[in-house]
Amino acid sequence: MTGSVKNVALFALVAALIAITGFTQSWNSALLILNMGLISAIMALGVNLQWGFAGLFNVGIMGFVALGGLATVLVSMPPVGEAWAAGGLGVLAGLAMGAATIVAAALLMNRMAPGRARSLAVLVLLVAGFFIYRAIFDPGVAAVERVNPAGTGFLGGLGLPVLLAWPVGGLLAAGAAWIIGKTALGLRSDYLAIATLGIAEIIIAILKNEDWLARGVKNVVGLPRPVPYEVDLQNDPGFVERAAAMGFDPVTASTLYVKAGYAVLFAIVLLILLWLAQKALSSPWGRMMRAIRDNEVAAEAMGKDVTRRHLQVFILGSAICGIAGAMMTTLDGQLTPGTYQPLRFTFLVWVMVIVGGSGNNFGAVLGGFLIWFLWVQVEPMGLFVIQTLTAGLADGSALKEHLLDSAAHMRLLTMGVILLLVLRFSPRGLIPEK
Amino acid sequence: MDLLNAIVALSNFVLVPAIAYGSQLALGALGVTLIYGILRFSNFAHGDTMAFGAMVTILVTWWFQSMGISLGPLPTALLALPFGILGCVALLLLTDRMVYRFYRAQKAKPVILVIVSMGIMFIMNGLVRFIIGPNDQRFADGERFIVSAREFKAMTGLREGLAIKTSQGITVVTAVIVVALLFWFLNRTRTGKSMRAYSDNEDLALLSGINPERVVMYTWLIVAALATVAGVLYGLDKSFKPFTYFQLLLPIFAAAIVGGLGNPLGAIAGGFVIAFSEVTITYAWKKVAGYVLPETLAPDGLVQLLSTDYKLAVSFVILLIVLLFRPTGLFKGKSV
Repeated sequence: MTGSVKNVALFALVAALIAITGFTQSWNSALLILNMGLISAIMALGVNLQWGFAGLFNVGIMGFVALGGLATVLVSMPPVGEAWAAGGLGVLAGLAMGAATIVAAALLMNRMAPGRARSLAVLVLLVAGFFIYRAIFDPGVAAVERVNPAGTGFLGGLGLPVLLAWPVGGLLAAGAAWIIGKTALGLRSDYLAIATLGIAEIIIAILKNEDWLARGVKNVVGLPRPVPYEVDLQNDPGFVERAAAMGFDPVTASTLYVKAGYAVLFAIVLLILLWLAQKALSSPWGRMMRAIRDNEVAAEAMGKDVTRRHLQVFILGSAICGIAGAMMTTLDGQLTPGTYQPLRFTFLVWVMVIVGGSGNNFGAVLGGFLIWFLWVQVEPMGLFVIQTLTAGLADGSALKEHLLDSAAHMRLLTMGVILLLVLRFSPRGLIPEK
Repeated sequence: MDLLNAIVALSNFVLVPAIAYGSQLALGALGVTLIYGILRFSNFAHGDTMAFGAMVTILVTWWFQSMGISLGPLPTALLALPFGILGCVALLLLTDRMVYRFYRAQKAKPVILVIVSMGIMFIMNGLVRFIIGPNDQRFADGERFIVSAREFKAMTGLREGLAIKTSQGITVVTAVIVVALLFWFLNRTRTGKSMRAYSDNEDLALLSGINPERVVMYTWLIVAALATVAGVLYGLDKSFKPFTYFQLLLPIFAAAIVGGLGNPLGAIAGGFVIAFSEVTITYAWKKVAGYVLPETLAPDGLVQLLSTDYKLAVSFVILLIVLLFRPTGLFKGKSV
C-alpha cells in the first residue's frame, strides 16, 4: 500500500466513524463531532507549526484559545454605552498608564548603565507606576461593574460582525505570543514549556476575574451568530416546506441546517490554513525551519537568526490557535472562562499532533478529527464496558455505583494510553513526516 | 503595644501560612529537581504523582478511621502515610519499568521524555479521578489547632490573635525531618553519593562502576516518598482535590527553577521564595498598616497589591524575572 493510499484510507476511516455516529446515534451529534473536529484540526495545525516545523514546546495552547474566545466577545457584542460613560475612560486611562510604566521601565533598562543604580531606578519606577495605575484603574472598574451587574456589568464589545472576530482572535493570540516569545524563547526548551504553561493559567485567571472585560465567571451568553437562528428557520414557511419535501420535521431540519452552516464556514477556514501551511512547509522558509529544528548550531553557522525564526513561527502557530479559539466560542455562542481546562485544551491538542504525525500537516488534521472523535465517544463506550463488566454485581452495590459514576473519567486514561502507545510503537505518528 | 499587635497580625496571616505553604512547595520542588538532576527531564506528571500518593493515604486513613484507629490529637493520615508512600512507589516503579526505561535505553531527547511524562500525567490523573472522584475530600482529624486565636488573645491580652493549625505545625516538622533525612542520605551514604555523582557527570559515574539502573530506582523511591509527603501535607492543610494538585505544578516548577533545577538546596529556597511572595503580594495589608502607621496616615482601602485569584501570576512573574536575569537560578543549577 503506497503512502497516499494509506492516508486517504485513514481519512476515510475517520469520515466513516463520524457517519456511523450519524446512523447509530443522531446526525446532530455527528455534526457536532464534525464541527469540533474541524476546530480541533485547526488547533493541531497551529501546534504542528510550532512543534513539527520548529521543535518548539508550547503547552500554553489553552491561553491562546481563550484569547480567541475573548476576541469574539470584544468584537461582536454590542457596546454598553452606560458603562462606557461611567468608567470607560478610567479603565482605558488606567491601562494606558500601566502600559506606559512598563515601556518606561524597559527604556530605562536599555538607557542606563548596568549596576545598582539602574536596578533601583527601575524598581522605583515600577512600584510607583503600579500604585498610580491602581489608583486610576480601580475606580473605573468599580464604576463599570456597578452598571447593571446582573445583565451586563462590562464594557461590551464593538458590535461588529462576528466573523471579524476570527482574525482578531488570531491577532490577540499573536500579541500574547510575541510577549512570551520575547522573554522565553532562546532559553532552554523546558523553560519555554513552563513559561507557556504559566501564561495560559494567567490568561484564564484574568478572564475569570476581570469582570469589566468579559463578565468573568458570570459568562457572556447570547453572542451574535454568523448563521441563522433555528427559531427563525422554523418560522420561515419556505424552509419548513423544503424540509418536509426532504422528509425532515422542521425542528430537526433547522438544527441540522445551522450545524451544517457552521461546518461549511469552519471547513473553509481549515482548508485555507491547511493550504497556507502546506505552502509554507515546501517553501524555502519551511526548509529553513526544519533545518533549524534538526540542527540549531549548523543553521546558525549558516547565518540563520535562530531566535528570530523561532519567534516568528511561535507567533504564527499561536495565532492559528487563537483563530480556532474564536471559532469555538462562536460555535458555543457563549464565553465561559470556567470551562477552560489545561487537560482538555492544551494536552489533548498535543495528543492530536503526536498521534496524527508531527511535522506533517495532514497528520495533524487527521489527529485532530480522530482524537476528538475518541474524546467524545470514549465516554459512552467506557460506560458500556463498565456496565457489561459490572452486570454480574448486585444492583445498588456500592462498588457498582462507584464504577458507573467513574466511567466518565475513563477518557483521560484512554488518552494517556493512546499517547504512550503511539510514542512507543509509532513515534512518527499515523501520517509521518516525509 | 500597637507594634506587637502588628507583628502578631503579620505572623498570623502571612508568616505562618507562608512557612507551611513554602514547606509543601519545597518538598514538591525537591522531587522535581531530583528527577531533573538524575533522569534529566522535567516531569509534568509530578503534580498528579502527589495526588496519587495522597489518594492512597486518604483511602488507608478512611480504613483506619472506620476501624477506630487514631493517633489522638494528631491526624490519622500520619499513620497511613507509609502505606501511601508504598502505593506511590509501586506506581512509579511500574511506570519506570513499562515506560521510561525504554526511552532511557534509546537515549531519547529530554523533550521526548517530557511528552512521555505528559502521557503519564493523563493516566495518573485519570486513575485518581477514577478511584476517588474529582471532588473535594476531607480526611483531616484530630486536634484542629495547636494554638487557637482565642487562647492566644487570652494568654497575651493582645487585640490580635495568633492561630497555628495542627496541620501547619505538622507540615513544618515533617518537612524538616524529611529534608534532613534526604540530605543525610545524599551526602553521607554510598548510594546517595553515587546518585550525586551520576547527576554531576553521567559518563564518569558509569566509568567508575556505578549501576545506573540502581541509581534510577533509588531516585524513584525518594521521589515517591517526597511527592506523597508533600501531597498529604498539602491535603491536610487545605483539602484534597485532584485538579488543585495538577495546578500546583506551576508553583512547584517555579520553585525548582528559581532555586536552580537539579540543586536540592535551591529547591527548598525556591519553595520559600515563591510561597512568601505569593502570600505577601496577595495579602491585604490594611490591618498591619493600621497598627504601624499613625492614625492620620491609616489607609482607606485594603492595601492589597493583587487579588488572591492572581496567586499563580505571582509565582510566574518571579519565575520570569529569574529566568531573564539569572537563567540558572539563585543557586547554580544545571542547564542542559
